[in-house]
Amino acid sequence: MNHPVGYGADSRLRWTEWLPWIAAVGVFFLLPDYLSLGARVLTYILFALSLDLILGYAGIVTLGHAAFFGTGAYVTGILAAKLGVTDPVLQLLASAGASALLGLVTGAVILRTHGLAQLMLTLAVAAVCLEIANKATPITGGADGLTGVNVAAIFGQFKFDMYGKTAYLWCLALVFAGWWLTRRLIYSPFGATLTGIRENSVRMHSIGAPVYLRLLTVYTLSAAMAGVAGALLTQTNQFVGLNVLGFELSGELLVMLILGGVGRLYGAFVGPLVFLLAQDYLARQFPVYWYFGVGLILVLVVLFARGGILGISDGIIARWKKKT
Amino acid sequence: MDAFLSSLVSVAFHGVAYGMILYVISVGLSVTMGLMGFTNLAHGVFAMAGGYILCSSLARFQMPFPLALALSFLLVAAASVILERLLYSRLYGASELEQVLFTIGLIFMSVAVARLIFGTLQQPVILPEYLKGPLTLMGREFPIYRVFLIVFSAVMIAGLWLGVERTLWGAMVRAAVDNRAMAQSIGINTKRLFTITFALGSGLAGLGGALGAEIVAIQPTYPFEQLVYFLIVVSIGGLGNLRGPFVAALLIGITDTACKYWVPQFGAFFIYAATIGLLLWRPAGLFGRRA
Repeated sequence: MNHPVGYGADSRLRWTEWLPWIAAVGVFFLLPDYLSLGARVLTYILFALSLDLILGYAGIVTLGHAAFFGTGAYVTGILAAKLGVTDPVLQLLASAGASALLGLVTGAVILRTHGLAQLMLTLAVAAVCLEIANKATPITGGADGLTGVNVAAIFGQFKFDMYGKTAYLWCLALVFAGWWLTRRLIYSPFGATLTGIRENSVRMHSIGAPVYLRLLTVYTLSAAMAGVAGALLTQTNQFVGLNVLGFELSGELLVMLILGGVGRLYGAFVGPLVFLLAQDYLARQFPVYWYFGVGLILVLVVLFARGGILGISDGIIARWKKKT
Repeated sequence: MDAFLSSLVSVAFHGVAYGMILYVISVGLSVTMGLMGFTNLAHGVFAMAGGYILCSSLARFQMPFPLALALSFLLVAAASVILERLLYSRLYGASELEQVLFTIGLIFMSVAVARLIFGTLQQPVILPEYLKGPLTLMGREFPIYRVFLIVFSAVMIAGLWLGVERTLWGAMVRAAVDNRAMAQSIGINTKRLFTITFALGSGLAGLGGALGAEIVAIQPTYPFEQLVYFLIVVSIGGLGNLRGPFVAALLIGITDTACKYWVPQFGAFFIYAATIGLLLWRPAGLFGRRA
């Protein structure tokens, strides 16, 4: 049970893969009070999916993935608050485009390096973005954040309501699209190249795979997805703060993905769900202990449970099948 | 013209002081990363711990300044030995991702602990009388504490370099950095060497954090906020050597001070931009050997 998905694996949908979507629709009808939290979880699932693509599949370790999320969030925010572009689809497209461009330009540089230099560059790119957002106060609102974000009805039909129903479904639709795209990618020859690069890039070079080009493609795609997630955050919160670009967000995202299970499609679903639910409950009551807990989870997962929650459940299922 | 000259002198002076602090903190990171290949993002935690030890032993226990300084070195070094033996050593062969995650986890935990014990406010540094006030040199006034800081760091750095270049321990460290397998096979106890070197590096970070508490504010978010600077020093200076990070730390100290003095509206923008440019030009750092 190393990596249950991949090019060699059966790419047909298993029935269990419908469960998350049934659950998500169920939440919409059964738990109307939790829709804003639900939209938040969905946003982070999309964000985590984008990280899983480059970290879990292509093996690019990044400390600055928030740069793309934040860029997406700010592009939508600036369009809505300063330039009067209120159409949510346009905002999403612009955010995706801007983040993809940033991913392409920075990726072209970052992916030429390895190890510490690469780690440092991802961090530096995010730090530059944060510094720009912090200092360009007239455009971004600086440390006070960007308020007055207007979002019109989706396709002119569905207005964002105060119960968060539209926001929830909007996020759900986009996460579904992101999931579908990611799933197609990882079962494709392209996905197989990525896994190959992660496992042994020297060998991929020697069989003639265009390693750099593949990495750059997936990095750009991932950036665009993170940008869409950022735009969703702005549209549902109608506010952008500096923390969308911060190192702590990149760190927390790593925690979510690791917690769920890195390099497996549904790790990006389980991680943010568990993390944000726990945060919603615990962070309000014990803010200090919460941070400690986040750190402890990371340390424990790295030391004892490298597959995350899904890895543990896989192990339990495998042992159970052996017995029967 | 004279005003410009005096601001130039002042920027150079404060920049060097800051650079020295950066070096004392980061040198341990450069050596441990070069020696053990361990990506220790939690290095700033040791510096923060040193700062807290200094601040609280001065403010709460009214200790004399030199004793507080020594304590910040010794306690951090001792704690790091325990951490290294219990946790770090388990991950020496692990992938970069695992080391990164593990040390980020440590940062999160330490931030929480610091907040729990000391609160979110910045810690004041209560300097002794003999380190307060200005020192007049060639018609200009310099804060005594910063002069002390530069001289003290310089002496310490000289001692460190002598130790690495001239002692048996230094020779063993250099041998292990160059070729660990070979060092092991000629009978160097690399495990013990790692522990000692790690302790020394962390202790120095603690000392640097303590010395620099007056320049770089000691607060719970310290390991997060300063991480970029330590990593910049190490990655520009190159791994596993002593001189590279020294040049890098001075460059960054002076550039950062100059930027904050003359173009505060750009913040740390130039530092990051220069780092990106430099790493593109020489991915292994200015003085690093090609990996």
